[in-house]
Amino acid sequence: MNLFIAVLVPFLGALLVAWVSRRDRKAAAWAAAGVALLSFGILLPDLAAPFAGETVLQRLVWMPALGLDLVFRLDGLGLLFALLILGIGLLVILYANYYLSQQDSLGRLYAYLLLFMGSMLGVVLSENLIQLLIFWELTSLSSFLLIGYWRTRHAARSGARMALAITGAGGLALLGGFILLGEITGSYELSVVLASGDIIRAHPLYLPALILILLGAFTKSAQFPFHFWLPNAMAAPTPVSAYLHSATMVKAGVFLLARLFPALSGTEAWTWLVGGVGITTLLIGAVVALFKHDLKGLLAYSTISHLGLITALFGIGTPLAAVAGVFHIINHAIFKAGLFMAAGIIDHETGTRDMRRINGLWKAMPHTATLAMVAAAAMAGVPLFNGFLSKEMFFAEAVGAADRLSFGWLLPAAVTVAGIFAVAYSLRFIHDVFFNGEPIDLPRTPHEPPRWMKVPVEILVVLCLLVGILPALTVEPILAVAATAVLQAPLPEHDLAIWHGFSPALAMSVVALIGGVLLYSGRKSLFAIHDHMEKHLNARAVFERAMEMLYKLARAVTARLDTGSLQRQAMLFVVAALCLGAAGMWSSAAPLTGPRALLPIDGVSLVAALTLAAATITATILHRQRFTALILVGAVGLVVALIFIGFSAPDLALTQLSVEVVTIVLLLLALYFLPQQSPIESSQGRRLRDTALALAAGAGAAALAWAVLTRPYASIADWFLANSVPGGGGTNVVNVILVDFRGYDTFGEITVLALAALGIFAMLDGLRLHAPLRDAAGRGWDADRHPLIMATFARLLLPLALLVSIFILLRGHNLPGGGFIAGLITAVALILQYLANGAVWTHARLPAHTQPLIAAGLAIALATGLASWAFGHAFLTSTFGHFALPLIGEIELASAMAFDLGVYLVVVGATLLILINLGLAQNASHAQQQLESNA
Amino acid sequence: MEALLALSIGVLTACGVYLVLRARSFAVVLGLTFLSYAVNLFLFAMGRLAIGQPPVIGAAATHADPLPQALVLTAIVIGFAMTAFVIMLALKSRAELGNDHVDGRGEA
Repeated sequence: MNLFIAVLVPFLGALLVAWVSRRDRKAAAWAAAGVALLSFGILLPDLAAPFAGETVLQRLVWMPALGLDLVFRLDGLGLLFALLILGIGLLVILYANYYLSQQDSLGRLYAYLLLFMGSMLGVVLSENLIQLLIFWELTSLSSFLLIGYWRTRHAARSGARMALAITGAGGLALLGGFILLGEITGSYELSVVLASGDIIRAHPLYLPALILILLGAFTKSAQFPFHFWLPNAMAAPTPVSAYLHSATMVKAGVFLLARLFPALSGTEAWTWLVGGVGITTLLIGAVVALFKHDLKGLLAYSTISHLGLITALFGIGTPLAAVAGVFHIINHAIFKAGLFMAAGIIDHETGTRDMRRINGLWKAMPHTATLAMVAAAAMAGVPLFNGFLSKEMFFAEAVGAADRLSFGWLLPAAVTVAGIFAVAYSLRFIHDVFFNGEPIDLPRTPHEPPRWMKVPVEILVVLCLLVGILPALTVEPILAVAATAVLQAPLPEHDLAIWHGFSPALAMSVVALIGGVLLYSGRKSLFAIHDHMEKHLNARAVFERAMEMLYKLARAVTARLDTGSLQRQAMLFVVAALCLGAAGMWSSAAPLTGPRALLPIDGVSLVAALTLAAATITATILHRQRFTALILVGAVGLVVALIFIGFSAPDLALTQLSVEVVTIVLLLLALYFLPQQSPIESSQGRRLRDTALALAAGAGAAALAWAVLTRPYASIADWFLANSVPGGGGTNVVNVILVDFRGYDTFGEITVLALAALGIFAMLDGLRLHAPLRDAAGRGWDADRHPLIMATFARLLLPLALLVSIFILLRGHNLPGGGFIAGLITAVALILQYLANGAVWTHARLPAHTQPLIAAGLAIALATGLASWAFGHAFLTSTFGHFALPLIGEIELASAMAFDLGVYLVVVGATLLILINLGLAQNASHAQQQLESNA
Repeated sequence: MEALLALSIGVLTACGVYLVLRARSFAVVLGLTFLSYAVNLFLFAMGRLAIGQPPVIGAAATHADPLPQALVLTAIVIGFAMTAFVIMLALKSRAELGNDHVDGRGEA
């Protein structure tokens, strides 16, 4: 359990820090540091297990139906990364407190940092691959927030977007790779995957899976050709860069290589892909780094180069190379975090990062200079500093691999060239900044930064030295457990000593050091060549041109498909439906008419059907006379209600009848604000085309209905009919289905109704409608707007109508009726008051805002559902019982009736909210226009 | 009888489709109303036709299929909510754009 909590703590901490920072800036820093420490403290009890050779696995049931569990895993590799993430994270938090200016929100930075920290912890502590991928994507998202921290700056936004596009696309590829791995091994759990390396490598899907997974790892680790997002991510605040470049983000990619090393490595494809990409990246990064005038740019390309080195080590694929890879992960994290922090101090103190202007800072800040020099020496691979040890191992592995490959000599040669450039750019970082004459036109006068800003750098620099001088005493234990976890096998013989005797690797180191110094001294002429070349080699420009073309393509496709014409869209929709329907009918060999016995036609039905057809067609022909068409629509609705009555559906008939009334009133109200007539707009041809489409659609629907109606079928209705009384306690099966068997659906439906009503309310809010004072014939409104007889009768009818609706509500469980119908009847009765008595009179007696009614209805329905939880049943399980009441006698009460009450309230509230507010808008507009016309 | 219902559904669909393809919002709302009648009747027809057999236990010896009825009952109410929403959209668009063309263009 505690692994899960340790991952969760930074996420919760992010909320806490964001909240605390509103009060106090300093408190935010303390809280963020506290969160990192707390997470570490929670991990503490498990830290000993990996050293004893155990792997801690903790399982939480997540989605048992899919066989997915949340499983966390702590082994040596996870332990190493967790320590790096939390340790360097803590130093970054301390450092950022001094780095950010007072205007920047410290709380936001810390919240993002903690989100990122939690995501990284999730990646390195996951046992389940899908779960790992979720955290992987979270790191992409949170790094987007971090890189774009200064959101007003264009560079920050575009850098963040680029990082998200590249690493997000890589994440998708990775998902594909993981799914293939899952298909191959039958499990998404690392323990299984890592143990089935032979099965995976022999499987035909091995190569696709490998390529997809490598795409994920390479995009994250900024490997060539995806490296360009990392330099553009420098737009982030420097503490963020220090974190992204050292212990996290880019390290997630190499973590994945290390994690899946036993499952995927050891094939030719692995060696060429991983090794090849690694060496290429190593060289490109090292060469470009030398030519960057931006302090952070140099460091960014050196990160790319060092990640290439680590990737190349895993690509070489021998156990010893993997050990060296893990070792270099540690070393690089330590010195690169220190270097970025030093660069941040220099930026902070001088106001610029341009190395052509920053010179001779040794005099102003000797302490910082010393720290930076140590870290840079480690980066260059100078003996006695930690970078030297892993680099020497790398050189030795390169020489060893050379014997096994054709053209193998190229490998040590390329590695040595990269070493020369690494020495040269490290030298540039030191010599340009701290010596090399006097500073040129600095925005600020540099001096030593606050005491505590240097503490994180000092800690890291001391680590560089300790590891470099006493490797066996300091780093060996953690390296051993981490490397064992990577290999999933006993550790090979290795010796972390500074002096190995005279060897090819030593010779390469010497060549790199001397060559680097020579290269740096000849830099002037190289810079000139580079400045000439740079215009032609700009990966960022290529990326942006590609993005621009993508946008253009999207716009072109959209413009082609969506011309902004609803008629055209609707036409295409109908045509598509017709084509699909015709294809379906065509391909079926079954006859249209089925064998079911038909009901005889009687005279009443014939008249009803003719009425319906006549009213519908007339309404369509006369649709420009809007009022006439609307009245005809009302008639059609009534016939539909009759059809429901005729074919044994009394509930439907009642519902249709009451909905019809409400709909027609609503449409009449709306028509008041709309033109009374439609102009002839469509051309003759257009109308003919639409008629043809409509006839085809009608014929299709009729044929389909006929085919269904003439076929016998097996229904699941028998179950509902049989269980309605014993299971739901009601004889009206339709109602029992609504409020009991399928209560959850009904709950969703009343929620939709509530949402629609609220949406309409929001649309009407502040809407200025213009109503005509005279009709088309020039007649004004009748002065007697509320005839006395109608008003009086409406008032008398109200209690009666309410009584009926309550009766309908109560009997609904057993006889036709229920919440929907009763709600509509109540709504109609109340709307009648508005119509007959006017809005002013009614408004004084009834609230216009019925939102509380809707809320109460939903709450009651929800409470009925939740109540069944209290008795240990599933949501919305109903119960019923018989109770004897004085006077009334024995009655039956079902919990579903409470649910029906909720339905009732929602229907009343929603219907009234819609109609009353439209009516009030009408009144307001009418009154206002009268005022205007009077004036 | 089945033929009558099938033809009614066909007429409602045809008129509904024709009206939905018109250029003014009110006609489209009427068309949608027709289409929802047609769809409701079609769904109801899934339970086949039965006369004098309401699905109320004890009211008859055999019962019509209650499931499509329950489906259609909520569909009618939701259909009302949809009609109301669309007509309000039409009003809003008339108020904001000054005309009742479905694409918000042309002379009012």
